Amino acid sequence: MRLLKDKLLSKLMLVFTLASVSLLVIIGAGLYYKSIPIIHRLSWIELVTTSVWKPLKGLFGFYPFIMGTLWVTAIAIVIALPLCLLTALYIVEYAPARVKRILIPFVNLLSGIPPVIFGVWGVLFIIPLIQLHIAPHFVEFSTGYSVLAGGIVLAVMIFPLIVSIISEVLRTIPQELKDASLSLGATKWETIKKVILRKALPGIIAATVLAISRAFGETIAVLMVCGNNADVPHSVFDPGYPLPALIANNYGEMLSIPLYDSALMFAALLLFIIILLFNIISRVILARLERKLAA
Amino acid sequence: MKRRKLEELFFRILMLLATTIVGGSFFLIVGTVFIKGIHYMNLDMITKTPGGGFYIGKEGGVLNAIIGSFYVAGGATILGLLISIPVAIYINMYMDGKRFLSNTVRMAFDVLFGIPSIVYGAFGFLIMVYFGLRASLLGGIIAVTLLIIPILVRTLDEVIRTVPLELRDAALSLGSTRWEMSKVILRQIRPGIFTAILLSFGRAIGDVASVLFTAGFSDNIPTSLREPAATLPLAIFFQLGSPVEEVQGRGYASALILTVIVLIITMLSDFLIKRFSKHKI
Repeated sequence: MRLLKDKLLSKLMLVFTLASVSLLVIIGAGLYYKSIPIIHRLSWIELVTTSVWKPLKGLFGFYPFIMGTLWVTAIAIVIALPLCLLTALYIVEYAPARVKRILIPFVNLLSGIPPVIFGVWGVLFIIPLIQLHIAPHFVEFSTGYSVLAGGIVLAVMIFPLIVSIISEVLRTIPQELKDASLSLGATKWETIKKVILRKALPGIIAATVLAISRAFGETIAVLMVCGNNADVPHSVFDPGYPLPALIANNYGEMLSIPLYDSALMFAALLLFIIILLFNIISRVILARLERKLAA
Repeated sequence: MKRRKLEELFFRILMLLATTIVGGSFFLIVGTVFIKGIHYMNLDMITKTPGGGFYIGKEGGVLNAIIGSFYVAGGATILGLLISIPVAIYINMYMDGKRFLSNTVRMAFDVLFGIPSIVYGAFGFLIMVYFGLRASLLGGIIAVTLLIIPILVRTLDEVIRTVPLELRDAALSLGSTRWEMSKVILRQIRPGIFTAILLSFGRAIGDVASVLFTAGFSDNIPTSLREPAATLPLAIFFQLGSPVEEVQGRGYASALILTVIVLIITMLSDFLIKRFSKHKI
């Protein structure tokens, strides 16, 4: 009786586990199935390389949206990576325990703040900042709603993710290595530069890849500050229209125009595939690091 | 010699500066929302549903959205727990000895964790269309459940792994089945389960992109699973898009409400994690 119960429950749990893991496949398959109509009409290559977006005429060019996503993500990473690397180095290598105790909870709290609040902050703080103080030095006029605003807001959103992964990686570097370098007369910074960073490089790359994929999919905060203009941005002060914002902004009308829903599902599929690949790459690197440490 | 010392000093200052920016951004965000929001905050905001003409600046509050958010996040957390507790137990108790398999499953959940909420929203929408559901509380709960399952599984998994192996061995050696052993473990990790609940609830209550297609929006508090439900983040988003200043102001106040809710949840879970790790053997 007891054994039977154990067997039954184990089978049930197995089903739950398989079902949730296969979610990855099911999501991909479901989105692909819904995108078939548009892939049949226009090929993959045509969809991602043409830039005319006129759903009413059946023209779906995703190029501007892909470029919008790339601009915003690139800006976010360029801002966030150096800041977070330096912060993680400070937390792990320099900060006294007292400072750590205060600092780490705040990084945690930051990671708990919902995306929409970042959006509100972007509208209230970043947009006026760009419009009144940054843009006038470079261009004649900017509303502030730009890929730069999206990039800055995104950068702040991915701070906690990058800081926590890089500090974790830095902590795995053996003390003996640092001691060896220091005892040879290297300064702390020289040790960081020549020993720690070199050792931590794969982990830093993994963190970056993970942050990129996170930035790729962020929707609402970016949508609120990006300007949402279906043109390819040419400078950081131009508005952009990233893929997630496209999906979120048009769900209302997608059932009333032919092929529109299929096009939006194709956008979701694109996001899904790119993010899936990036995630797998970074997770494999991180898992390998962890295993090396355990060995 | 001098140059090396200078370089050290330079980078030390740079690091301090970066840390100040990263740590300070939290205060900047919460401060901005607080200063703007407190001005429009009043009791009506949290005790009344939108009255007639609310969206042109007349009477009312966002109680519908607050309650709706709690319904969606609460429902999703309960549903998510029912699925993820068995999964976490299975990975740890039944996949013992198959390290490659259990690590692969763990990685799959890590990857699922990385899938953005807009994709879950779109997928949830597909499910609803497939079953002929309209935008409703139920639809919102389904999409958000999918979103938080990876968080729940990975948190529970981490917690179960902190239970000493001896405890499992002791239970097994007394002749208990693996399921009976799992019950012992579950009792051990009760505070950990609570932490997982808080973490996923916090994520669920703040997310917009997943409920955008699936939960709909309504000025009333939903009374059944089939009715559309307003959610707080979506209310903020809509109000901010309004050209009326008063409505925008209420958006800021709603943002303040959401921030306070989420901060309380995050601090509570931080506190629990700390306490939990203190009692760890």
